[in-house]
Amino acid sequence: MSDPLPALEVHDLTVAYHKKPVLWGIDFQVPAGKLVGVVGPNGAGKSTLIKAAMGLLPLSSGWVQAFGAPLRDQRHRVGYVPQREEIDWDFPVNVMDVVLMGRYGKLGWLKRPGRRDREIARACLEKVRMLPYADRQISNLSGGQQQRVFLARALAQESDLYFMDEPFAGVDAATEEAIIGLLRELCREGRTVLVVHHDLASVPDYFDWLVLLNLRLVGCGPTTEMFTPAMLSKTYGGQLTVMTEVAQALAKNEALARETRH
Amino acid sequence: MIPCSIGDQTLSHRSSRLRRVLPTVLACLPLLWPAAAEAARIQDVVEAGVLEQAWRFLSLRDPSVRLALAGCVLLGLCCGLLGTFIVVRQYALVGDTLAHAVLPGIALGYVWTLSKSPLHLFVGAVLAGLLGTVVVSLIRDTTRLKRDTALGVVLGGFYGVGILLVTLIQRLPGDKSGVKSFLFGSAAALSESDVLLIAGVAAVSLLLLGLLFPHFRVASFDPTFATSIGIPAQAMHYLLMLLLAWAVVSALQAVGVVMVSALLVIPAATAWLLTDRLHVMAALAMGIGMAAGAAGAFLSALKTGLPTGPFVVLSAAALFSAAFFFAPRKGLVSRVLSKSRQSRRIRRENTLKAIYHLLEEGGFADETVTRQALVERRRRPVAEVDREIAALVAHGLAEPVSADGRVRLTPPGRARAAEIVRNHRLWELFLTHAADIAPDHVHDDAEKIEHVLGEDIVRKLERALDQPTEDPHGKHIPLAQTHP
Repeated sequence: MSDPLPALEVHDLTVAYHKKPVLWGIDFQVPAGKLVGVVGPNGAGKSTLIKAAMGLLPLSSGWVQAFGAPLRDQRHRVGYVPQREEIDWDFPVNVMDVVLMGRYGKLGWLKRPGRRDREIARACLEKVRMLPYADRQISNLSGGQQQRVFLARALAQESDLYFMDEPFAGVDAATEEAIIGLLRELCREGRTVLVVHHDLASVPDYFDWLVLLNLRLVGCGPTTEMFTPAMLSKTYGGQLTVMTEVAQALAKNEALARETRH
Repeated sequence: MIPCSIGDQTLSHRSSRLRRVLPTVLACLPLLWPAAAEAARIQDVVEAGVLEQAWRFLSLRDPSVRLALAGCVLLGLCCGLLGTFIVVRQYALVGDTLAHAVLPGIALGYVWTLSKSPLHLFVGAVLAGLLGTVVVSLIRDTTRLKRDTALGVVLGGFYGVGILLVTLIQRLPGDKSGVKSFLFGSAAALSESDVLLIAGVAAVSLLLLGLLFPHFRVASFDPTFATSIGIPAQAMHYLLMLLLAWAVVSALQAVGVVMVSALLVIPAATAWLLTDRLHVMAALAMGIGMAAGAAGAFLSALKTGLPTGPFVVLSAAALFSAAFFFAPRKGLVSRVLSKSRQSRRIRRENTLKAIYHLLEEGGFADETVTRQALVERRRRPVAEVDREIAALVAHGLAEPVSADGRVRLTPPGRARAAEIVRNHRLWELFLTHAADIAPDHVHDDAEKIEHVLGEDIVRKLERALDQPTEDPHGKHIPLAQTHP
């Protein structure tokens, strides 16, 4: 099921928080079936990029397409793993409840998850080896277990394009190994997975495609071409800090900010 | 009259007399009760006695009682349900602020028609609520102040304006009945249309939240994810806030604007202490809200003239206290009990271990140990060691051999003792080997860990240490499940 169309196409994407641009004119394409690392220094706008691409943030400019159609119309083909810290883990739900949420996108408004949805949820929990914990309240899980529950929820979405926001944050090495194995399996099935990633050391091992980001796009392409000292120093190097200063100056001057958006 | 010297004898004499007199006094106390009731009845002859009032309420003879009860119960249901979503979203303070911020709108809505027209009050309330929300966002976005501070400013400011307006309205000529009850409620004055309004809000809330329960659950738990799968979390949030504003307006006559915010939070908070599932929590919160509503209506009916709101909220607070102390797993009392159970178990295990050490020193030649040896080993008073031995005997871990305190371990006692010693020595070995900690540093840690190591962790330790037989101090590690 590899699509000839790019799984994701981002065109001239600009995002601003409180008039302060955090992403400038991002342009890139990702072919289907790739395991893609979104890499860049702290504050480079990695999370913002995937949130904006999914339409969770208002865009100042640009558009996003998945499989050749506006992403808005392709929601049922898109899965998401948010950052673990964004969630109140004391919320009164158990592991099964959370994984079933992955099925809601396919449910109608007045429908409840049925037997098939439960079977799929159970199978996904089994894949991340969390089935024995199905009835646990989610705060009684370790960080790695919580991350695996989120992954199971994403698997239950049965999507073709996944966005994952730091799925390896705060998990132990064994869990990280298990997660990357699952992600590789997803890609073998022709699905596309974008992963916001922090640890540069594991980048060449994990990903076959990279999006290098630092407020603007530094590069996008196969890991072999992107993971070079030259590209990395462009991504992490000091010359880009001037962008931050310009962004701050823009935030102070509204008229100018409006100007750059057009 | 104070004696210059009170001998020990006098003192004990006096205290023993007190002990004899006290039960009599306590026994006589109930006798005073009818006298007090009598006095109350004589004081206001027109009013019926407490019992008669209670009976009048419970028999539901009066239409006003029926309306008050129905209104408060339905309101409890509605607030319990809405409150569940507000509390789990950590919006308790938002709900509180909204409930207070609508007061000026309600007062102006009243001035609009000079009557309690629900429509006009509702429009006023929603407008004031919206304005309050806008001001909160404005403060957050344009200053460095955080959300709770912005909410506090809006809550206090809007409520102050509301109180001022309500006071001014009361000075207006004409019929202003019920304006005062905006603040604290008076269920006795509930009209049929008031109750219908409450029933309407309760029905709409139940229907919407019931039908869309899974969607509200995901939108509350993880709004970003909900949006990503096409569930309009933002719109559902506004819908919830709208229902909230409506519930506050409908609650005006019954419990008042101040108390409705408590009714939104307390039943839901109580329910959260009792369960880990959202649908169970919603059901419990509705039940608790209804019970508090009924109890509040009942209590305020007993003594006319007192507002209903505080009674409803007090009933809810009483239920919250009960849950706080006695909730099965999360309650304070149950936690204290389980902690003391655990410390008794640890004490037993330490006694077992001491006995094992004594047997080990004797090369397991003798199967019994003396009380004296145990006292020296445990470095505890004889009475305490006797209690420890009695606890072991009571749990079938040891049995007395002779009257002078010689004991022997039973097979289960020996197995458990070996297990504890094994856990201790395995953990010491693990710390010195795997964690590179000096052998003289590991004992205290092992003293705690030995009581909590489970079967599978022990197996893992054994595998990691390659089935060891000696601990870092050269002592033998007993085999699992075998009796030395």
